[in-house]
Amino acid sequence: MKGTAWKFGNDIDTDIIVPGRYLIYTDEETLAKHCMEGLDPDFDRKCKKGDFIVAGSNFGCGSSREHAPIALKGVGVAAVIAESFARIFYRNATNVGVPLLEAPGISKLIEDGEEITVDMQNATITSQNGETVTFKKLPPFMLEILNQGGLIEYLKNKR
Amino acid sequence: MPTMSEKILAKASNKDNVEAGDIIIANIDVAMTHDLTGPLSVQSFEKIGAEKVWDSSKIVIPFDHQVPADSIDSANNHIIMRDFVEKQNIEHFYDVNQGVCHQILPELGHVVPGEVIVGADSHTCTHGALGAFATGIGSTDMAMVFAEGNLWFKVPETNRFNVTGALKDNVYAKDVILHIIGKMGADGSTYKACEFGGETVSDMSVSDRMVLCNMAIEMGGKTGLVEPDKKTIDYVEKRSNKPYEVFKTDLDSPSLNIIDIDVSDLEPQVACPHNVDNVRPVSEVDQEIDQVFLGSCTNGRISDLRDAAKILKGNKVARNTRMLVIPASKEVYTKALDEGLIKIFVEAGALVSAPCCGPCLGGHTGIIGPGEVSLSTSNRNFKGRQGSPDGKVFLSSAAVAAASAIEGKIVAPE
Repeated sequence: MKGTAWKFGNDIDTDIIVPGRYLIYTDEETLAKHCMEGLDPDFDRKCKKGDFIVAGSNFGCGSSREHAPIALKGVGVAAVIAESFARIFYRNATNVGVPLLEAPGISKLIEDGEEITVDMQNATITSQNGETVTFKKLPPFMLEILNQGGLIEYLKNKR
Repeated sequence: MPTMSEKILAKASNKDNVEAGDIIIANIDVAMTHDLTGPLSVQSFEKIGAEKVWDSSKIVIPFDHQVPADSIDSANNHIIMRDFVEKQNIEHFYDVNQGVCHQILPELGHVVPGEVIVGADSHTCTHGALGAFATGIGSTDMAMVFAEGNLWFKVPETNRFNVTGALKDNVYAKDVILHIIGKMGADGSTYKACEFGGETVSDMSVSDRMVLCNMAIEMGGKTGLVEPDKKTIDYVEKRSNKPYEVFKTDLDSPSLNIIDIDVSDLEPQVACPHNVDNVRPVSEVDQEIDQVFLGSCTNGRISDLRDAAKILKGNKVARNTRMLVIPASKEVYTKALDEGLIKIFVEAGALVSAPCCGPCLGGHTGIIGPGEVSLSTSNRNFKGRQGSPDGKVFLSSAAVAAASAIEGKIVAPE
């Protein structure tokens, strides 16, 4: 996978990913419009399908709102790559089909707006100038859930 | 030599023992979703193709985030949830008139020691104050629970905060937990169970213990827990006829990390924008405020209203400051009326609203505008949390909130 990396800092909370005033909406398209708007009001226009978010530690901290990973899915984020993730968000993102890649050292390696390459098989991320970091490989069942677009689709296809 | 989390999760997964790191499937005793995360849970439940919930007596659905409905969209969400309640015969449904989920679940007897409780709300960890294993989950996980009555968990390690020392006057449980979060950092307990023990916690009321457990998530905790004692049992037996089981942590457990916290010199604390771990003593903060919010699942209980009323009695909210008081439940509201607290707030110039989450998450009432500063007794101060991303939110105890409302700036009570 190849795409542009949009960079954010540490402790990106779910209120930043999608603010509380939009939680009355549940559809991907509306939530996507407000994704990250507190930090970057243009994010939903800037981020193209297949792009990546690169962030520091504790990405997704805060509330259990599944609206947050749904919004990221809506803007077309192919994966979030961070130093570490918060717990509830980790489960929710996997359940809705947004891959989270834990890659220590990523925030120092990648610049905002840089084109990066993510190799899911070999668990590597390569920067524009060819430097590589590895991420913690996802177990097969999790890859399967993500490939099918989330837990619900996974269960439906299994039935 | 297991921890109380390990003991509760072993029982819930029908095993003799489980250890931190094990992946288990636990039976759920209580599943809670509210008017804001509920519609997504219902949508997911329907998408799975499930027809009936696993047990309509174990699901609790309170309306608290957008009550009363403030837009056609939120009214519509309420309709979705009322239809679900009707169709699935949900026994425990609380419409717009009851209060904040994390206050009414314990109050109305839904929480007892030894249970596994999940809620589609991150502050579900509050209920561990009664010795249950309680954690927040998302809507898809909740749909799975609705369908199957169980969920997979990784058994967590435990950070046990051994809190000692007598609290000084005007220092409360909120100051203790802000101090701990400031020390640990916003990810200082990620994936861990956060247990609160020690003489200071033993001396605290059940309400105060809820304040500690409520904010475990703000350092990444999977749950907050306090070992049940006589106070817990008195509280529970008055409110619930469900069977319960008391579990305690063996202090020689290998998955236990004990952190000593001495609070004897602690001053009133405040969390500054835009992270809950950005904690300073009130004496080091020089900040004027536009709005004060007293309420929420952290500090909207009767003891908080009493603490605030004592300070506000005979005083006025500062001219350029507005104060919003929202009791956390009908029971709290009724007590506050009986005790004359509501009159004190109104006469001081505060605005009193019916029980709900209020401005805590910036989606309903009391939203702040660009450049405005809120001092709030709730649990989060993230950028844009209470409205404009150009606003600021500070967090404090009810007493600091009341004293600050009078001065129009953040101060400690005298």
